[in-house]
Amino acid sequence: MANEILEEHINKDYEWGFVTDIESDKFLPGLNESVISSLSKKKNEPEWMLEFRLKAYRNWLNMVEPEWAHVSYTKPNFQDISYYSAPKQKKELASLDEVDPELLKTFEKLGISLEEQKRLTGVQSNIAVDAVFDSVSVKTTFRETLAEKGVIFCSFSEAVQEHPELVKKYMGMAVPATDNFYAALNSAVFSDGSFCYIPKGVRCPMELSTYFRINASGTGQFERTLIVADEGSYVSYLEGCTAPQRDENQLHAAVVEIIAHKDAEVKYSTVQNWYPGDKDGKGGIYNFVTKRGICLEDNSKISWTQVETGSAVTWKYPSVILKGNNSVGEFYSVAVTNNHQQADTGTKMIHIGKNTRSTIISKGISAGVSNNSYRGLVQIKKGATNARNFSQCDSLLMGDKCGAHTFPYIEIKDKSAVVEHEATTSKIGEDQLFYCNQRGIDTEKAIGLIVNGYCKEVLNKLPMEFAVEAQKLLAISLEGSVG
Amino acid sequence: MISIKNLKASIGEKEILRGINLEVKAGEVHAIMGPNGSGKSTLSSVLAGREDYDVTDGEVIFNGKNLLDMSPEDRAREGLFLAFQYPVEIPGVSNINFLRTAVNEIRAYHGQEEMSAKDFLALVKEKQKLVELDSKLANRSVNEGFSGGEKKRNEIFQMAMLQPKLSILDETDSGLDIDALRIVANGVNKLKSKDNATIVITHYQRLLDYIVPDFVHILYKGRIVKSGGKELALELEAKGYDEIKKEFEIAE
Repeated sequence: MANEILEEHINKDYEWGFVTDIESDKFLPGLNESVISSLSKKKNEPEWMLEFRLKAYRNWLNMVEPEWAHVSYTKPNFQDISYYSAPKQKKELASLDEVDPELLKTFEKLGISLEEQKRLTGVQSNIAVDAVFDSVSVKTTFRETLAEKGVIFCSFSEAVQEHPELVKKYMGMAVPATDNFYAALNSAVFSDGSFCYIPKGVRCPMELSTYFRINASGTGQFERTLIVADEGSYVSYLEGCTAPQRDENQLHAAVVEIIAHKDAEVKYSTVQNWYPGDKDGKGGIYNFVTKRGICLEDNSKISWTQVETGSAVTWKYPSVILKGNNSVGEFYSVAVTNNHQQADTGTKMIHIGKNTRSTIISKGISAGVSNNSYRGLVQIKKGATNARNFSQCDSLLMGDKCGAHTFPYIEIKDKSAVVEHEATTSKIGEDQLFYCNQRGIDTEKAIGLIVNGYCKEVLNKLPMEFAVEAQKLLAISLEGSVG
Repeated sequence: MISIKNLKASIGEKEILRGINLEVKAGEVHAIMGPNGSGKSTLSSVLAGREDYDVTDGEVIFNGKNLLDMSPEDRAREGLFLAFQYPVEIPGVSNINFLRTAVNEIRAYHGQEEMSAKDFLALVKEKQKLVELDSKLANRSVNEGFSGGEKKRNEIFQMAMLQPKLSILDETDSGLDIDALRIVANGVNKLKSKDNATIVITHYQRLLDYIVPDFVHILYKGRIVKSGGKELALELEAKGYDEIKKEFEIAE
């Protein structure tokens, strides 16, 4: 009987799996230096940018795809991927009215109404959105409002054109072009993404958000996000993602870099809901992402919060390099895997400065026949006196066919360090569900209640609007998946 | 209130309930006693709708409705409450949040609006007092890190909050010291009214000193072999279960 409930809910469809019928401008599959040159040309990039790409590409050619993660999948054939796909449109968009209505409808369907945002301009609204569709940024809202405060929030392509000095200065600082296989690939072929700069002493007046959508088939999405928080500034940034339901595996290899100057704080939240594949493990997104922040100067703070429910395979370790003295790094994560999903995710906290502190709270939930791994590194370098870390890694199992794994690495080179690590594994039992049922709470609600209780510490870190969304998403991803 | 006719249930191949007949009316307290393995907990589980058991025969009518056709949550929403012998822990979910969800689910089932936070908290306060529950416990995660006595008291607190028509107390006395037993029993007695009914399942007569039953039934090998008034419990306590076993062994 419990199995029936399991079946019923696992068969639940991915709600965001539709395809937008839109004419697109797309490269033929294949990757070589001339493809990269065409891409760069198409984007009208300066010479230094092309050089950055080519250097990354040449390095990438000599790199091997990492195999140490606790995941197994068919490696993508990089020659079968199209490295550029953009909705066909007029060159410059003066206003939202010129955006293809099909595109607006797509974002509308995803619950992100760019139209609504337009109507609300002038009225109070607290989220500015950069919408990225396949390879390009479609529209960034609220740019003018932000500009009044000196905040730059635009697509990466625009930033390259309009703020080349900033891009040149910071790009590759946290994630060098040759950092790892996927970061190198991204550095060579990235097509767009978001750029954000908060000037000195400015508290960004609204949440900034990028919404990534993969639409075209046979493509990969390689976006780059660069966030720079200048001295004494603050910004809260959110990223959301979905993709159509397809039998093929699509590659998403993004790079996110955060730079925090003196006394600056950046809060980066992700709700990742890429298509996870069907219940037999067919299709789904490969989510191979490099996210890293540098607390460059004293008293800075970078905080990553992620709710990962989608993707067939996830390989992702949002990290913080704590260079400035008294800087703070945080990582709060909920990773859910169901059916055949595989996730190998965690963080790295690299303590370099004095009195640096880091906190890691990771909540893994595995259901179906999925595999969920936490992999984390806490490194205290010599001279990082009085560094502190607290890590807590909990795993929740639903049913008896899934796996939860923890790979914590701790390297301490300074005697004054205090590092704590706690880990627990528990199981949602039929006993808990029956107990809820007996109090009048049905199984779906019960699972939502139990899982949200388990993830509370992390969900509390999300901005309000998204916490509600994340709670719903958790319930949908897991409903009844108890065997 | 509830009418159980020829109820048979098994787990796997093994028949545990072998034709239970029981009639409980509003305002009554029934005690079901029996030795270990007689089917006491099975009976409460089957009535609450636990899936581990197959009902193979019989009928249960609860307030005019066929109980066995209902899901466990609908049985609860119709007013059947089971105080668990081993209350379950739910980490991270506060007692208050848990109960608020339960109360509102039950209200929704009856077409009523959600209870406002203010009314709900007032109700919590009132019922907490009734069962002498420490207000700290109400804000802690459901049963997590509670002592045995606190768990049982929490069951009675939930019962008070949900105001069921029929409460089944499954070995609520097990593991309680005499003070906890008195507090739990007091709670149950205060909640008693002419409109609700209680079935007390117990191994020992002790609890029945505090919750005085109108009827006592002796369950043995899946059948009610003897029924009587409260004096039956005393008789049983004096003679022990061996006497019963001897008496009914042959009749099997």
